[in-house]
Amino acid sequence: MRWLLLKDLQILRRSPLLVGLLIVYPVVISLLIGFALSRGPDKPKVAFVNEVPEAEQTISVSGDRVDIAGYSDRLFERVDPVPASSREEALKMVEDGEVLGALVIPEDSARKLQRAVALGGSADKPTVEVIYNASGPLQGQLVQSLVDSTLAEANAAIGEKITQIAAGYLNILLRGGSFSLFGQDFDILGLQDTEKILGQQAADLPQGSAQRAQLERIERFARLAVENLGFSDEILSSISSPIEVKQTPVGGSASTSLASFAVAASVVFSLMFVCVLLAAGMLALEREEHAYGRLVRGLVSRGKLLVEKVLLAAACALPVGLVMLVVVALLADLDWGGAPKWVVGVLAAGLAFGALGVAIGAVAREVRAASLLAFGLSLPIAFLALVPAGTVADALYEVIRVVSAAFPFKPALNAMDAALNDNGDLWPPIAHLLALTVAYVALARIALRRFG
Amino acid sequence: MPGVVTLRAEALSKAFGARSALRDVSFELTSGERVAVIGPNGAGKTTLLSLLAGLQRATGGSVSLPPEQIGWVPQQAAVYKRLSVRENLRLFARLERVDDPDAAVDRALELTGLADRAKDELSTLSGGNQQRVNIAIGLLADPPVLLLDEPSSSLDPRQRAILWEFIDGLADAGTAVMFATHEIDEAQRHADRILVLADGELIFTGTADELHAAGGGDPDLVVAFVSLLEAQGH
Ligand SMILES: Nc1ncnc2c1ncn2[C@@H]1O[C@H](COP(=O)(O)OP(=O)(O)O)[C@@H](O)[C@H]1O
Ligand SMILES: [Mg+2]
Repeated sequence: MRWLLLKDLQILRRSPLLVGLLIVYPVVISLLIGFALSRGPDKPKVAFVNEVPEAEQTISVSGDRVDIAGYSDRLFERVDPVPASSREEALKMVEDGEVLGALVIPEDSARKLQRAVALGGSADKPTVEVIYNASGPLQGQLVQSLVDSTLAEANAAIGEKITQIAAGYLNILLRGGSFSLFGQDFDILGLQDTEKILGQQAADLPQGSAQRAQLERIERFARLAVENLGFSDEILSSISSPIEVKQTPVGGSASTSLASFAVAASVVFSLMFVCVLLAAGMLALEREEHAYGRLVRGLVSRGKLLVEKVLLAAACALPVGLVMLVVVALLADLDWGGAPKWVVGVLAAGLAFGALGVAIGAVAREVRAASLLAFGLSLPIAFLALVPAGTVADALYEVIRVVSAAFPFKPALNAMDAALNDNGDLWPPIAHLLALTVAYVALARIALRRFG
Repeated sequence: MPGVVTLRAEALSKAFGARSALRDVSFELTSGERVAVIGPNGAGKTTLLSLLAGLQRATGGSVSLPPEQIGWVPQQAAVYKRLSVRENLRLFARLERVDDPDAAVDRALELTGLADRAKDELSTLSGGNQQRVNIAIGLLADPPVLLLDEPSSSLDPRQRAILWEFIDGLADAGTAVMFATHEIDEAQRHADRILVLADGELIFTGTADELHAAGGGDPDLVVAFVSLLEAQGH
């Protein structure tokens, strides 16, 4: 078996194109994954509870009506809203994974917003609540970034509205004009004109008279006011975030951040491609080079041949996985103390992916067919494993969980997440991977019956 | 040629599911003997050789020699294209657990005339030379019996001449050589004895002259062979 292993490594060394492909492909895939993860799936389901009484759905900002619902519509452009009747119901939906998160607009928020934007303002800002499932890093991050960006938009829009209205008043104060309140029109003089009139008046008065000195004082004040109020547009626009957000994570404790989760996912993706393709391809190659018959007539047992290919995959997984991790650790802050766990995780993943590979190779029998099958099977399995709870129907999610558990991607991801991010126990996913290794080698052994 | 019996096969049978590929085939091989197995495509030639080589398990019958003592040369060259001639030979010598792998490799290189191509990668060799490496691998363990499955099928006439010269030499040195072929004149020229298989049954064992007689005495052995098959209902 040792000689076969050496032979395979020698063949690999002499196939730079194949090895290049095996390295380049995972890197490309990892980049794509990183991109996909940072974008998140389209339109996640979010429960929506609006406790604001019907009558308060619009607030008035200095006489202009602003429709609160208009702002929640913006949010709904990006999510699939699921109406919930109460905060409790929404909480339960998040816990059960029916929805990715929930947005709760409390009963008093319209009133508070009204007060906050009234001239004079109020420190007590309205607070909307975001409830999200923190059991997976994808979920939490997804809802957070979604809500953050939407609320920032809503805040900016409300702030802009206030600025517009206030700036209108200031303009009248500065330059004068007409202004209507309670159905009556008022003509306002404006500070600029006031300054001009005062200046003329002062010039008409005799030099050194007490009245002229007083008028000049008022004129100076008006000029100063004109000059300084010119800046107030900018001052006003700095009014920001009239709405505050309270975040309530449900389930799961210190969950992995998306960035470090993406590292684990990229590493597992690379391992999957390298190991599955290598084991499947190298097994099929034995048949394609007609060496299989020669080997199994007493030189190597069929079982040992399979084990050799699985070990080959794991042996190649180690440098690929560790190089990726070391590079990441140098660039980002990975805890070097976990390095022994990385090795365990990478090796176990390599074995399980290698075992899946030999099963594929034994069934497909030809290198090309094996590679095709390896791709065709691995990609959907990996994407399935990345589907966050709450983005699909319950029953479908159950199916996805079962399917994911039958393939090494999900447990490998859990193992790497545990090893890299100290998120959860390392040993259950390792045991899962080893069980899958045994199962797939056994499957491959059965498939070998019609291999020769 | 009064050799010693090196291999005895008795009532060998092989079935693939309900379909029987070989039925009750019995024969002996003696040292230094060249035996041709002929028969139409699908007659069971490859099946017979792979049962002897231990590649497949027989459904019935027995072989007196264990597979480890039988050299086997498959029809398609079973070699690693990315390895050199020497690396291929050394790998199989190690897997065969021969006592001195390097000596066995040198001997096989010498026997097959490949010594000057030892460092070349297999993918750069001609089909004929790849077949030589294929044969060299079969000879590594210095087996008393060598089986070759249609060894000349991928060779041009000049390469065939070299092959038969080499096989004659092996037999002269005492190896029992059994080869499958569907070319009757090859059997006539290079075999001491001929086994005729048809539909998995051994319908004739004897010399080329005896095959002539059995087939109605036609001077053309191919015609005699065909009339033998017809007479037997094949
Ligand atoms: N692995 C197999 N499974 C099923 N049938 C087979 C298998 N190998 C050979 N056979 C059948 O056994 C018969 C003999 O085949 P083979 O020994 O290859 O013939 P030959 O070498 O004389 O052309 C054929 O009918 C073939 O279809
Ligand atoms: Mg054949």
